[in-house]
Amino acid sequence: MTNTLEVKGLRTHFFMRGGVVKAVDGVDFSIRKGEIMGLVGESGSGKSITGFSIIGLIDPPGEIIGGSIKFNGEEIANASEERLQKIRGDRIAMVFQDPMMTLNPVLRIDTQMIEAIEAHRSVSKQEAWTRARDTLGMVGIPSPDERMRAYPHQLSGGMRQRVAIATAFLNEPDLIIADEPTTALDVTIQAQIIYEAQNLCRRTGASLIWITHDLAVVAGLADHISVMYAGKVVEQGATDDVIDRPVHPYTVGLLGSVPTANKRGKRLYQISGMAPNMMALPEGCAFKERCPRRSPECEKTPEITNRHGRAFRCHHPHVEGQS
Amino acid sequence: MIDAAQNALPEAEKQLIDTETPFQRFRSEFLESKVATAALITMVAIIILAIIAPWIVPQNPYDLAQVDVLDSRMAPGSEAFTGYTMWLGSDGAGRDLYSAILYGLRISLSVGITSGVIALLLGMVIGLAAAYAGGRTENLIMRIVDLQLSFPAALVALMLIAILGKGVDKIILALVVAQWAYYARTVRSSALVERHKEYVEAAACLGISHARIIFRHILPNCLAPLIVVGTVQTAHAISLEATLSFLGVGLPPTSPSLGVLIANGFEYMMSGRYWISVYPGLALLLTVVSINLVGDRLRDVLNPRRNTGGQARSAK
Amino acid sequence: MTVFVIRRLMQAMIVVFIMSIIVFFGVNVIGDPVYMLVSPDADQADIQATIERLGLDRPIYEQYFRFLAGAWQGDLGNSFIFGEPALKLILHHMPATLELAFTALFMAIVAGIPLGLYAGLYPDRAASKAVMAGSILGFSLPTFWVGLMLIMLFAVILGWLPSTGRGDTVNVLGFETSLLTADGLSHVLLPALNLSLLKISLAVRLTRAGVREAMGQDYVKFARAKGISTRRIIGVHVMKNIMIPVVTVLGLEFGSLVAFSVVTESIFAWPGMGKLLIDAILQLDRPIVVAYLMIIVLFFVVINLVVDIIYSILDPRVRLQDKTT
Repeated sequence: MTNTLEVKGLRTHFFMRGGVVKAVDGVDFSIRKGEIMGLVGESGSGKSITGFSIIGLIDPPGEIIGGSIKFNGEEIANASEERLQKIRGDRIAMVFQDPMMTLNPVLRIDTQMIEAIEAHRSVSKQEAWTRARDTLGMVGIPSPDERMRAYPHQLSGGMRQRVAIATAFLNEPDLIIADEPTTALDVTIQAQIIYEAQNLCRRTGASLIWITHDLAVVAGLADHISVMYAGKVVEQGATDDVIDRPVHPYTVGLLGSVPTANKRGKRLYQISGMAPNMMALPEGCAFKERCPRRSPECEKTPEITNRHGRAFRCHHPHVEGQS
Repeated sequence: MIDAAQNALPEAEKQLIDTETPFQRFRSEFLESKVATAALITMVAIIILAIIAPWIVPQNPYDLAQVDVLDSRMAPGSEAFTGYTMWLGSDGAGRDLYSAILYGLRISLSVGITSGVIALLLGMVIGLAAAYAGGRTENLIMRIVDLQLSFPAALVALMLIAILGKGVDKIILALVVAQWAYYARTVRSSALVERHKEYVEAAACLGISHARIIFRHILPNCLAPLIVVGTVQTAHAISLEATLSFLGVGLPPTSPSLGVLIANGFEYMMSGRYWISVYPGLALLLTVVSINLVGDRLRDVLNPRRNTGGQARSAK
Repeated sequence: MTVFVIRRLMQAMIVVFIMSIIVFFGVNVIGDPVYMLVSPDADQADIQATIERLGLDRPIYEQYFRFLAGAWQGDLGNSFIFGEPALKLILHHMPATLELAFTALFMAIVAGIPLGLYAGLYPDRAASKAVMAGSILGFSLPTFWVGLMLIMLFAVILGWLPSTGRGDTVNVLGFETSLLTADGLSHVLLPALNLSLLKISLAVRLTRAGVREAMGQDYVKFARAKGISTRRIIGVHVMKNIMIPVVTVLGLEFGSLVAFSVVTESIFAWPGMGKLLIDAILQLDRPIVVAYLMIIVLFFVVINLVVDIIYSILDPRVRLQDKTT
């Protein structure tokens, strides 16, 4: 059966006045129907741009200059705007980070949800309204009838994000891309939202890409994880594998720097150095400046190695039998 | 010591340190626009011409001994009675228009710039005071500012002239009153932003006096928008004075600015002697438009929120 | 909502009151119009009689209260020159000015907003750059000069349009308007164009800035992610957002249209309030000046109030905030 999404060698570059920013420079992953993938990385790693590339919202000065994005077998990497518009909101939906900014402040909630339905289906206004109201109920919003007639600023942050998620699910898409949807919310709300999203995916069979900088968030949610650094995927695998047996020094660093109960009293591990300047990436492995396992070999950019369902991009991975 | 610290930085980060001073960067960005550069050159040229006017004109148009009514209403290019060429023609009283225009420029520019500078200083002080004082004082001052700003400057000036009567000093006063509110509001907005920043709190904690905080810390950060507003407002002031003079309620005929010249020539327009109004008008035009273009470009360059292609969006 | 309106009304009345004090004391304290009105060889008795007749010998605050009392009843004094009630004269000339102002506003909206929209959506096209350059010119050129040029071009050189005066009028609902006759239209075209140039430039720049800012907002990106057509994004999402500042500013600028009409009316000899004012200033006809200023102040205050209300209708964030306070 065809994978819902297959990304191979994706490269999205931004051509700016000061130089070229290789925001995404070699990303591969596949997602099967109903799977949830966590796309993890720090700011500047290229994870959001990956998401935008898939849904076709890269504007100049950015451009997808290489690679392939196959959605349900169809190549959409550089599809026409017409084709993309049909897919967006219908087969692939996106949830953004800050719901205050993503909902139009001067339009009502129902207007913004109904238009998402009407853009892709010809149904009566009444049907669309009912559908929207029901979906709001599905994401756990109380008294959805009243909320429909409200304006965005009348809802709390958590509510707004639920509305955004509901909007994404309206047309029962095959793939949802969620770009840091809980980063702007309180921790308690975060947990609820994650639960709702997971629930909806299981119910509708949609696949989900959850983009975040926080490994802890996807630990309990995703089926598999891709870790990105400086535009490239540096590690990939089933969630449990990656969390319990990380391979790439960066992933090790990420996990090591999460405070947990059994680390109390010990010094927290910190990844030294700073995130790289994307306009002036060094030669070779982008992580070498901060890597404790660095060697002269790292002047050469490491390729992806696939082993036992795991993928990593490193000359000195934490694998048994290697130092 | 600083050198040692710089040497300790990795290669990649050394590249990030600017080698240009902010002023150099500002200047090169400003000059990128050919239109603005042309405008700047024009503006400077006009100012210089105005300053050296008495030395470069063939006739002092306000020295009655040099003016002969037999020369009046001559077309551009004709020869005057006394032998020099009137390149731009002459007006109804026999004055060489070229000379009259340059003298008029002096008056227009001086009235406009004087009133602009006074209004700027006045508005700046009031705006700073309001922003710094805060609370009810600020509210009161800003209400007055808003009240005045809800009326167009032209109307305010008209009202004042209706009250005060005519005369150069009264015109300048009217222009100042019409303009100070713009400066006050601009300065107060930037000062307000600055005042809430932490460095001001820090300075206050260190016990630095209020005056020093205002002038050494807050003010420099307000300069950028002030310069922009100043340029555009000066152009408005010059334009406003010309308008008022044209209507007859501005400068008296004894200080003939460009507006007065244009008014004088209005009656001859229908009979085809267009030059008496048109050439002073063109001079006014050139002055005001060039200042506006410069101000516009300044606004683009000095705006901290501008989105150039050079800002690397944080690629996620 | 009602609380909001009432509050603004009270503020408006205070403003009018303050302005009446400023205007009255300003105009009456400075200058001495008596000598304008009496013939040069009038003797002291005549002058005294004139002073008494016009009430100029009373203490200034008494004059002010008489003024207020009269104003309340609609009597702002009689014009020194014409001998008629000042208010009546001004109201008589107001329709002409309003006609001009509305036509100019109409032009500004119909020409300015679409042009600004175009320039905002396609900022790199040559036409857009031309529009922006034009707007800078429209902004910078002094109104009176443009008026002169318009007259020269269209009336003197080309002879297409008349250069002065108002055309034939038609009585509509008790008001005389010249907009419904061909002759009237030909007369109103140039002055309205002259007056509107500044506003068109303003509308263009405002709309363009609004569009540029709106297009960069996240809600546009989100709408695209939903697959909404570009047409709807611009027509609904963007427009609704930019209409707020555009309407607000244009509404406020309407007041300045009325004020600026002073210049246009003088050049084109359009019989409106503005021309009346200039003549009054030149001839020191104080009652007319005072009456005009009071009317204008009232005008502005009302416009500000109306714009505030419209703004709160358009922007749901403001409207609902006031409901809860």
